[in-house]
Amino acid sequence: MWMLEIPPFVPFFIGAVLAAVTRGPLRGAIMVLIPVLSAIHLWMVPEGIHLQFNFLGYELTPYRLDKLSVMFGYVFHIAAFLAIIYALHVKDTVQQVAAMMYAGSGLGAVFSGDLLTLFVFWELLAFTSVFLIWARRTERAYKAGMRYLIVQVLSGVILLVGTLFYQAEHGTLAFEFIGLNGIAGWLIFIAFGIKCAFPVAHNWLTDAYPEATVTGTVFLSAFTTKVAVYTLARGYPGTELLVYIGAAMACFPIFFAVIENDLRRVLAYSLINQVGFMVVGVGIGTALAINGAVSHAFNDVIFKGLLFMSMGAVLKMTGRINGSDLGGLYKTMPKTTVLCIVGAASISAFPLFSGFVSKSMVMTAALENGFDWIWLMLLFASAGVFHHAGIKIPYFAFFAHDSGLRASDPPTNMIIAMSIAAALCVGIGVYPAALYSLLPYDTGYNPYDATHILAQTQLLFFSALAFVWLNLKNLYPPELPSTNLDVDWTYRRLMPAIIKPTIVMISRVYAAAAGFISGGINWGINFLSEKNSKLNGMISSNHPAGSMVLWVVVILAAYLLLTFFK
Amino acid sequence: MENNKKYLFDDPKNVKRLLNGFYVCCIVLLLLDFVIHRHTYHSWEELWGFYPLYGFVGCVVLVFVAKWMRTFLMRDEDYYDKLENPDIKPDNQVTKGDHNVDA
Repeated sequence: MWMLEIPPFVPFFIGAVLAAVTRGPLRGAIMVLIPVLSAIHLWMVPEGIHLQFNFLGYELTPYRLDKLSVMFGYVFHIAAFLAIIYALHVKDTVQQVAAMMYAGSGLGAVFSGDLLTLFVFWELLAFTSVFLIWARRTERAYKAGMRYLIVQVLSGVILLVGTLFYQAEHGTLAFEFIGLNGIAGWLIFIAFGIKCAFPVAHNWLTDAYPEATVTGTVFLSAFTTKVAVYTLARGYPGTELLVYIGAAMACFPIFFAVIENDLRRVLAYSLINQVGFMVVGVGIGTALAINGAVSHAFNDVIFKGLLFMSMGAVLKMTGRINGSDLGGLYKTMPKTTVLCIVGAASISAFPLFSGFVSKSMVMTAALENGFDWIWLMLLFASAGVFHHAGIKIPYFAFFAHDSGLRASDPPTNMIIAMSIAAALCVGIGVYPAALYSLLPYDTGYNPYDATHILAQTQLLFFSALAFVWLNLKNLYPPELPSTNLDVDWTYRRLMPAIIKPTIVMISRVYAAAAGFISGGINWGINFLSEKNSKLNGMISSNHPAGSMVLWVVVILAAYLLLTFFK
Repeated sequence: MENNKKYLFDDPKNVKRLLNGFYVCCIVLLLLDFVIHRHTYHSWEELWGFYPLYGFVGCVVLVFVAKWMRTFLMRDEDYYDKLENPDIKPDNQVTKGDHNVDA
């Protein structure tokens, strides 16, 4: 049974090598086949630890499979499959190789049974994904990629330090429940939090994802944050702090999303918003809440991927992604329009779409466990996500005022990828039992009761009514070509603004001090040498050493002579 | 690329129809609150029209707060470019699409 011992990242890394040396249709076939074969393999592998060995005295477990990790394993295969199809037309070898490595790293991370292996894949996620940003080959993308890499590597370094502390505290590296006690717990929590885009640490995501390539963003949206959600669900379930962090994540990005012009950046903000729901679920930590978090992560990978794909199609075909430049595209991109609306309905959690069957688990769990205010915040966030992702994205891209752009639907491979994603969104929404059977716990939850359907539909329709009313009254903020300041302002504007003058000031003070001190020393030296030269003038300035010796010889000779005359 | 074809929403009547259909849906949903008995977890949920009101008010507040945020968060499109890449003109940054129509 040697097949069992092949962790899922191996086929993807082999695929990356093959993608590097092949071209054309052969490469396409290999890249599509790898997630399919790997998924079939994963389907047949039973739960348990399948690979374990000793390395420098540490027990490493690169392949551990249980109900929690396998859910993410499945959805990562789906995401890789969809994104690879979506990117089939791309001829850029760098992107194709980076994408395979990145997907493999994501799988490696969720199947890591110990913290050291996790750290390795944690860093690999950063180093492979940054090429999907740099592949845009613009100066902006290069700089955004650099900032992204710095933040991700920082998270990795904190994770490594936390891991070493953990080893010291517990004498094991096994990645199980960690909890917020001790330095190790906090350090690892912060490392996970950075990758999970906790508030204040979130800006790498909204900064870098919209700068990546059309296809790169689709890959990016699937793996990094979901790996972080998985690690939180593994290490910190039931940590109450996460409930509040998650609620903040669900709420604050929607304000930014409403005023953001770059539609892929709007989606990046809404990604944080959706991850917020998952983090709340992890924080509550009951069976229903964890199920909600995991299933919402599963669905989010697909519908967020679909939305990023549809906006990628718009960017590819028109060269534009700013809401202020777009509009009226439904006329010539009808397929993309419909598929985008399916994604929008799914993220907004309309009944019969995938978001509906997962998000409500977290909300119900919040109410059941007495987090009333959190529930209200999540309800607000649900209305808000419909507002910016459900309405704003399709409306400003495909409807609104006619921009005059007449771009056709994207290439067939992109349409196929979007169609499969849309089919999955509807399929899971209509028949959630298939998804529920894969979940870690059996809670007997049924999303389709009259109360839930009515409440959710009312909430969404009246959110839409607010949009219609504001639009008709011209109260809705228009899309404007603009940049909105976020936390990145502190390290892109404030810190340079403070540090540059500080360095200038320090160098000036240094120069002045150095000048004063060296002036003093010079004066001292000059003073002494002047005295010395006066002394020299009196005794020895005109008497070289040789003549002195001669005179000594003369004196001694005279002395010798005098001794003869005694 | 002159395109004079009439599309679905070029006709204001169709927009009107869509909106009217939407308003009817909203009213029906509101009235359903009388018919369907809900099992609730929370006392607020029992208020008549809680969800519609919350959705509507929530979104209006969201938009007004976001609009207010623009007053101190909004900068020029090339705000960071000017700081970070002073020698790059903004237009060079736009990657042109395959079916780009700017010429």
